[in-house]
Amino acid sequence: MQAFTYHRPTDLSDVVKILADCEDPKLLAGGMTLLPTLKQRLAAPSDLIDLARIQNLHGICEDKSEIVIGAMTCHADVAASALVRAFCPALADLAGQIGDPAVRHRGTIGGSVANADPAADYPAAVLGLNAIIETNQRRIKADDFFTGLFETALEPGEIITALRFPRPHKAQYQKFRHPASGYAVVGVMVAQFAGATRLAITGAGPNAFRPAALEEALTRSFTAKALEGLQLDPDELLSDMHASAAYRAHVALVLAQRAVGLIA
Amino acid sequence: MNITLTVNGQTLTRDVAPYLLLADFLRDELRLTGTHVGCDTTQCGCCIIHLNEKAVKSCTMLAVQADGAQLTTIEGLARADGTLHPVQEAFRDHHGLQCGFCTPGMVMMGADIVRRLPGADEETIRHQLEGNICRCTGYQGIVEAIMDASSQAKAS
Amino acid sequence: MGQYGIGQPVRRKEDVRLLTGKGRYTDDIHFDGQLWAAFFRSPHAHAKINAIHSQAALSVPGVRHVFTGDDLRQGGMKPIVADINFTDRAGNKMFKPLRHILPSDRACYVGEPLVMVLGDSPEAARAGAEVIDIDFETLPNVTSTAKAASPHAYVIHPEHGSNVAVHWENSASDEVDALIAAAPHKVKIHLVNNRLIVAPMEPRCAVATYDETQDLITLYSPTQGVRPAQVSFAGLLGIDKKKLRVISLDVGGGFGIRSKRYPETAAVAWAAKQIKRPVKWRGDRSETFVSDHHGRDQVNDAIMGLDQNGRVIALRVETIVNVGAYSGDNGPRLPIDGGGRIIPCGYDIEKFYFSVKPVYTNTVPTDTYRGAGRPEANFIMERLMDAAAQECGLTRDEIRRRNLIPLSKMPYRTQMNFVYDSGDFIGTMDKTLELADWNGFAVRRKESEKRGKLRGIGLASFVEQAGGRPTEEMRVKIDANGRATVFAGTFSHGQGHETVYAQMVNDYLGIDFDEIDFVQGDTDTTPPGGVGTFGSRSSMMGGVAIRRSCGQIIVKGKKIAAHLLQADPDTVIYENGLFRVGVSSITIQEVARAASDPAKLPEGLKPGLDESNLFEREPDMNNFPNGCHICEVEVDPDLGTIQIVKYTALDDCGVVLNPLIVHGQVYGGVAQGIGQALTEDAVYDEESGQLLTGSFMDYGMPRAHHLSMIEAHFTDDQPCKTNDLGVKGAGEAGACGAPPAFVSAVCDALSPYGIQHIDMPLTPERVWSAIAQAKAHQAA
Repeated sequence: MQAFTYHRPTDLSDVVKILADCEDPKLLAGGMTLLPTLKQRLAAPSDLIDLARIQNLHGICEDKSEIVIGAMTCHADVAASALVRAFCPALADLAGQIGDPAVRHRGTIGGSVANADPAADYPAAVLGLNAIIETNQRRIKADDFFTGLFETALEPGEIITALRFPRPHKAQYQKFRHPASGYAVVGVMVAQFAGATRLAITGAGPNAFRPAALEEALTRSFTAKALEGLQLDPDELLSDMHASAAYRAHVALVLAQRAVGLIA
Repeated sequence: MNITLTVNGQTLTRDVAPYLLLADFLRDELRLTGTHVGCDTTQCGCCIIHLNEKAVKSCTMLAVQADGAQLTTIEGLARADGTLHPVQEAFRDHHGLQCGFCTPGMVMMGADIVRRLPGADEETIRHQLEGNICRCTGYQGIVEAIMDASSQAKAS
Repeated sequence: MGQYGIGQPVRRKEDVRLLTGKGRYTDDIHFDGQLWAAFFRSPHAHAKINAIHSQAALSVPGVRHVFTGDDLRQGGMKPIVADINFTDRAGNKMFKPLRHILPSDRACYVGEPLVMVLGDSPEAARAGAEVIDIDFETLPNVTSTAKAASPHAYVIHPEHGSNVAVHWENSASDEVDALIAAAPHKVKIHLVNNRLIVAPMEPRCAVATYDETQDLITLYSPTQGVRPAQVSFAGLLGIDKKKLRVISLDVGGGFGIRSKRYPETAAVAWAAKQIKRPVKWRGDRSETFVSDHHGRDQVNDAIMGLDQNGRVIALRVETIVNVGAYSGDNGPRLPIDGGGRIIPCGYDIEKFYFSVKPVYTNTVPTDTYRGAGRPEANFIMERLMDAAAQECGLTRDEIRRRNLIPLSKMPYRTQMNFVYDSGDFIGTMDKTLELADWNGFAVRRKESEKRGKLRGIGLASFVEQAGGRPTEEMRVKIDANGRATVFAGTFSHGQGHETVYAQMVNDYLGIDFDEIDFVQGDTDTTPPGGVGTFGSRSSMMGGVAIRRSCGQIIVKGKKIAAHLLQADPDTVIYENGLFRVGVSSITIQEVARAASDPAKLPEGLKPGLDESNLFEREPDMNNFPNGCHICEVEVDPDLGTIQIVKYTALDDCGVVLNPLIVHGQVYGGVAQGIGQALTEDAVYDEESGQLLTGSFMDYGMPRAHHLSMIEAHFTDDQPCKTNDLGVKGAGEAGACGAPPAFVSAVCDALSPYGIQHIDMPLTPERVWSAIAQAKAHQAA
């Protein structure tokens, strides 16, 4: 890869300063997306700012009825956390299906969410579980966060510090895994909260989204049967050599039904 | 940039370029060529080592990220007296390798699986190997070896 | 025969070294002062090259040299001319475009190397390659196999007028066509045998050094046999082969693509001599995707005519094979010689017409890949048999029972004039049906149904041909301390030769397993008649040559023993490391010690116990591994996903030298066959000619969870009759048996929908689409 200046600050305020001063800086979290990008020479940042030593970005804790996961917490830790498993097993399950075990020892929730890869798993959790994205500047609601292909509501210089998840009554994640890359061809997170069901789909569109018609049906009746006959519009979905939009639409429905069927 | 780290029990300090990959640092700088590079998309697992006792893909880490860390590579897995790690021994018994290229990463991942999941069953182990590609063995000997070592770990 | 002898499941000698990181692969070696090579590769599928500008590259810090193909040619580099000559029935020769190394006039496929940059570091070389500026004029391109054969297709090599290299036919087709037309039953199939990226786990690498005093280039690169590589690359460099030493260290898998005349490897060897410094090139995985030969890529149309009893009357197969932009040494040969010799595989069919059209396209050249034509041929026959079973109202095993060559007809001379020496194809199938509990399937199907899954069982019978080139040389030397060394002409790249040959020497000469060393992969020490390892040949070719070398050692040993025991050589008996006359005996170690002392030798006998054997097999001494594989799958009808739940293999490899190792070969071959059938596909974009599956992100390599445990069994009653050891090859059988067994199983699972065939790879979407279409059809 091409040369860059490497920074390893210990304070978040230093990160902000460096970001402002550099020509073309990138934040380095787990590196499982950024480093392959640099290796492929698809990007050549002037500076890399390693977040590994920033205080208070690691760890999982319970805060009243919410669970707070530090942005630099790796997927393996979320998957293995007794706290997360007791709080929301679907979240632990999802984390345990990201990439592979070695990747999970490095990849972070903050890195994944900030990158907003259309085929990443975490966006389905963030959106489906109605999480709050805490940054060094503000708190962003999940519904406001994912705005487009690899696009989020984060402002320049804004850094995710933690993800805050409310406790659902029940939740389930079903993933259709890409046989080559391991990413989500379709990932469906369904979560039942008081009075409403949330359904978030990743992998199928340019960003994670909540299909309103499916949610409404499930809110009325939280059963797999409630989704029968419903469809996603393939025109709004991605199509590539691995899966057509029509197939993704179909898979999304099947996975949604299965997810609901497992916890109804 | 100067980094200090422990590799296979030996602490060392080196000056490295920030963009030097950890795998290249091990192979080219330390001449520990047992760790292999088999792909450029972080999938094949040939480069897996243990960093602070966890399996990681060294091709997708910078050497500078390993500053202050404790590393074990395939060269350091067996004991100093030559006694093989149970996973290594199991690979011998079950013909878990043919050409040997994916083997270092397989063994390091296998040791990680055995540590985390003693007594793991076949299906679990097959899924735990999602990040390791082998072209020679059809995985059968590998899965049998890790199952064997994993059940030994549970028994002990 | 002790615990280390032939037939024992001896743990491999290679393993401790490889398990502890002490393997030595080509990228592990460095030379002081070495320069790193990087290549500028064509971004276009087809383009004229109007000018190459290197100035920018030369200005990059750390870049030392930039070489174009013109530089190489001026420096003596020759073009690659494929060593194949097929003609059509009218006598017209196959068209072979010249393949220039780093062409300067035209790029013919995405990834074709065009310029070599040498730098102080890999980063510098790469940075230099990135700023090479070429004035391209893009041209139309064609990548599709079927389309390239069409008379309206864009012709990529205009000097020929057609993309079809030659229209090869085994005979006229009139008789076969008439028989088929008149047949009571006919089946017709259209198959796509998908293009594959071979992807051995070690990416290709080449290191070359040059010794000016000896005018000697030393080339380190993974091959599958250093001697042919020496001849090939010396030929390209335009030098005497004695001026090129080729060394292959540990090699991380081969599968048929290693020993080829690759431009990068030739360029690196050339550069070392040109600049008189070591040069190293290490390929990225993505680079090897567009530079290592691809595998398979055929389109087959076949028709079979059968009589009222389901006996095949005649067979017609038309194959188009995608050669790529240039013919490698094997591309067209695979369906013609590889597949064409073996078709109709294990079936007793006398009348067949076989047509092959190799076509040129703007893609990476295709060449040998595990099975090299035989998996494709077996796939055609097995899909035909399944279709015939359906057509004739017979079960899939019964149609095969009626058509497989019965044991009573062995030895069987095929239409292509090969002799199947042994093999009980029907007996093997019947045994496999039993081993797989074929008859108990219905119960398992019901159980799967309860879980919402469609279960299917599939069957494949196959015959393939092992042996490759007909000569091989091995050398066995016992030193004065009684320690043996095997110098192999074959080349192990995962097959465990160090172990198996040691088992043989242990068995034949009684030398301790741990006292047997192994040397391979260096033209300085490899026997001059050495060839290599491919085509499942080493057990027969290497094995027979070792056995005969050991036999020669025994003959000489007897003379020495007789001399020492003061007896008549004819009275010496050799057994298990002892030379015996009456009650007196001498060990082979003592004979070896004596052999180094001229004073102890009979007159006229040269010192040393060191024998080579150059084995040349007779034309009829081929061997035909064969077997039957049965695969069970569960299909999720809603998603189209497939899981293998049971896999049973009965392979006839003749005598099994080391069960651990031979099992491993079956497992590995099956895994590659399943990869082709389930997850792998090398896809080109039809418009741009770009390779869409350019890395492991998009190319689906089979992982552990795609496979189940394979129950592998071996026949023990069909030793090969044409070689001393009774061995048949084992390396490629799995690749022949797995794809058809798998596809047969999936179609069986989907039989409620009347689905007869789905092309490989059977991706979830393909399966789901087939079901959806079938449902729509049934509703209509």
